[in-house]
Amino acid sequence: MSEEKFIPEASVGTPQGKGSGSTMERRSFFKWLSIGWLAFTAATGAFFTVLIRFLFPNVLFEPPQSFKIGYPEEFEIGKVDIRFKKKYNVWIVRNEEGMYALSTVCTHLGCTPNWLDTERKFKCPCHGSGFRATGMNFEGPAPRPLERFAIHLADDGQVIVDKNKNFKFEKGEWGRSESFLKV
Amino acid sequence: MDALKHAIDLLSAPTISFTLITVLFPFVFPPGDWFEKIHRKLGFWRIWTKPGLYISLVLITLFFIMGYYDPNFNITLTKPDNFPIILLVYSVVICTWLSMYKAYENDKRMDRGEKPAEYNDPDDKVLVWPDLVYIEFIALIIFMVFLIVWSVLVAAPLEEPANPAATPNPSKAPWYFLGLQEMLVYYDPWLAGVIFPGLIIVGLMAIPYITTSSDNLSGFYSFKERRVGIFLFMYGFLILWIFLIFIGTFFRGPNWNFFGPFEYWDPHKLVPLTNVNLSEYFWVKWIKTGLPSNILLRESIGFISVIIYLGVLPVLLAKYVLNDFLKKVGPVKFSFFVFFGLSMLSLPLKMYLRWMFNLKYIIAIPEWFFNI
Repeated sequence: MSEEKFIPEASVGTPQGKGSGSTMERRSFFKWLSIGWLAFTAATGAFFTVLIRFLFPNVLFEPPQSFKIGYPEEFEIGKVDIRFKKKYNVWIVRNEEGMYALSTVCTHLGCTPNWLDTERKFKCPCHGSGFRATGMNFEGPAPRPLERFAIHLADDGQVIVDKNKNFKFEKGEWGRSESFLKV
Repeated sequence: MDALKHAIDLLSAPTISFTLITVLFPFVFPPGDWFEKIHRKLGFWRIWTKPGLYISLVLITLFFIMGYYDPNFNITLTKPDNFPIILLVYSVVICTWLSMYKAYENDKRMDRGEKPAEYNDPDDKVLVWPDLVYIEFIALIIFMVFLIVWSVLVAAPLEEPANPAATPNPSKAPWYFLGLQEMLVYYDPWLAGVIFPGLIIVGLMAIPYITTSSDNLSGFYSFKERRVGIFLFMYGFLILWIFLIFIGTFFRGPNWNFFGPFEYWDPHKLVPLTNVNLSEYFWVKWIKTGLPSNILLRESIGFISVIIYLGVLPVLLAKYVLNDFLKKVGPVKFSFFVFFGLSMLSLPLKMYLRWMFNLKYIIAIPEWFFNI
């Protein structure tokens, strides 16, 4: 075996000759640099202005944040109502004392859990977080319970859910009267 | 056959499969002399010979064929979404084998006192134009043909328009994110989704700069020169990434529960997963007082554990375990090495804490979105 190292053609470089001398003068170089830079800044600024405008649509096809869901008698005691999940992203739960509205957003990474009636729990299909009917997190990685929304009775006796106000258990907000409707 | 399927189902439970693979791993990629001795004795080195490749490929193929004729495994195996994972298994095995095969050949040459195979190989270095560009161009055309044939033969697995009220169960990330999704089962989003991916990329890139070879030789395949580096990279890549993708694809079913490959995906499978935070373990279960209202006092045990893990443990390692390594690479490289190493180790560690003690978070401050 020869100890001589094989040197392929590729690694033998030819020394680069010096480029032809610059003809542009310093003053005109800076002039063109400033014009170019200003043009670039203006173009970029205009682009981002239009881009940011794009983030605020003229019309929003969103369901109202505050809505009526029917009369309290329509909700069975001990049952989790999933009728409003699709349109308003809330679950309505009624127990012996009253009713509350739970957010359908998992507190781990924001997937929508499913209500499993036989196991009586909300179970998230993304990372396996589980919540009781009260919204308390008890299994999987979810660090905090589901959020509740403000709920109260309208003048005509129907229940109104107001998603503009939410109540977090870990901040001790579930004790507030707005988070729970006594029926 | 059913007994074999049942055995595979049992083995694939994460507690068992992950433990087995982790324990076996240092004997397949031995990072030290002691492991190397057993690696030679038990014949694990044979994996990196030609018969080793053939046997691995035959075993994997048999596993997939068995799965194809199983009513449950067939569903996940023939899903168009999962086809890339099957390709991935083959390509990872072949590429890992090829590099290790070449590395072992070179190690043998160098043991005999010869130069590595690349040293006198006239094809090792080629001209970019035309040689390399032509090779790349031909590879590109072949790959395009493959993609076109694939897209013509297999219909795209498109589903109905997204509906916020009906999340698919299980809900799976794109295949290349399934390792992250697996990590998210054990960690909070900002850790598993932001910090860890960053650390993984930087850490894997840092390995060759930390565990440099003995006399700064480079440019050829070798295992002996970089035992620790290759071991760490392979564990991080093959186990904590590829294996987690494989688990996420084939072993995660409805409600993100674990299912063996031949198990029926029962959406009502009951798995007790009640998880408890370290603070609750300490204050409620051991001291038997309620949780203190002061958040920092409540999580003090968690903070102390994290400080011990990331602050005290490196010092102990430097003093008693890795003192030779510290002398060799110096304090800066050593600190990076230990920091990345401990961060990497924290994933399997947290997995075991979850499996064994149902531990949810070591530090749990949902009030501040700070959970570890």
